[in-house]
Amino acid sequence: MSIDARITDDLVANGVEFITTVPCKQLAGVIEEIDQRPEIFHIPSNKEDEGMGLCAGAWMGGKRPAIIMQNTAIGVTINTLATLIQYYRMPLPMLISYRGELREPVACQVEMAVHTKALLAQMNIPTYHFHNQSDVEELDMILKYTFMCNKPVAILTDANFWGGYGDQ
Amino acid sequence: MIRSEILKEIAPILRDQLVVCNIGIPSQELHAIDDQPSNFYMLGTMGLSSSIGLGLALAQPKTVISIDGDGSVLTNLGTLPTIGNNIPGNFILMIIDNGSYGSTGDQPTYAGMKTDLAAMARAAGCDNVVEIMAKDTGPALQAAIDSGKGTVMVVKCESGNAKNPVITMDPVVIRDRFMKAVAS
Repeated sequence: MSIDARITDDLVANGVEFITTVPCKQLAGVIEEIDQRPEIFHIPSNKEDEGMGLCAGAWMGGKRPAIIMQNTAIGVTINTLATLIQYYRMPLPMLISYRGELREPVACQVEMAVHTKALLAQMNIPTYHFHNQSDVEELDMILKYTFMCNKPVAILTDANFWGGYGDQ
Repeated sequence: MIRSEILKEIAPILRDQLVVCNIGIPSQELHAIDDQPSNFYMLGTMGLSSSIGLGLALAQPKTVISIDGDGSVLTNLGTLPTIGNNIPGNFILMIIDNGSYGSTGDQPTYAGMKTDLAAMARAAGCDNVVEIMAKDTGPALQAAIDSGKGTVMVVKCESGNAKNPVITMDPVVIRDRFMKAVAS
């Protein structure tokens, strides 16, 4: 089974029905996969803070949400994470493409990569780093944990996890 | 008319609906005029009233009214294409457009200058956009609810704020009683 199908299966198995995305090349396969699942309503957003607003509303409406985004968006969403998701105590799994890590071809991506874990730690956001494909085995538990504790939880997925970035 | 006068007039309509209310003075005014468990007060996160309301409307069948401001829509302009392409029949975005940042001292916004939010909403793909004067808000809001069509309302009014205390209710209490109202 492809890694994209495996991730999507875990989302569906955990009752995630509302997913918003801002794309990244590494996430293209999983976005394509969720689009094919009738259990999931997929609504692309234009910016990740907007997406978190959509997820907050969906959760209050009784649907389990998730956001799929790139780690550069941590720089966009600090205020929304603090004053909406954390302040009102809402669950939000964040499946994050961790650009700027090993096998990254674009130098500028490293500039946010070096801040990503520090920012998440500063925000007291539980953070998991998927580096090898076998790490995906923890996703099911991470999703259960997220909806148990009503917190935003970050799942950082680097290029090595996705099997390399392009020709790298 | 200023925003608080509009809210006073439409309070009897709002009290039977799910309302997501914009950060700052708009939430303080609605809270003082007619506090309801079915009101979700934003205590932070400028700009996301329309996004939270859209997510809520897409997730369940009850009518949702997002009360927003011109300044807040301008800070989250990406919301208009998302609404334009996904709006369900039970979502109403009511932009109270007083041409100013009311909560921060009434500094002018671009919506009070050359920028036309109703035209921007139409250009973003919103099919039902109504632009009205403040005094017509009640009937227009009721018509939007009755139509069962997703609607963006731009309500033109004067700049100004009523004096009310800040909301001291705990955010988790606001959210919990709101979710119970949604589920009831």
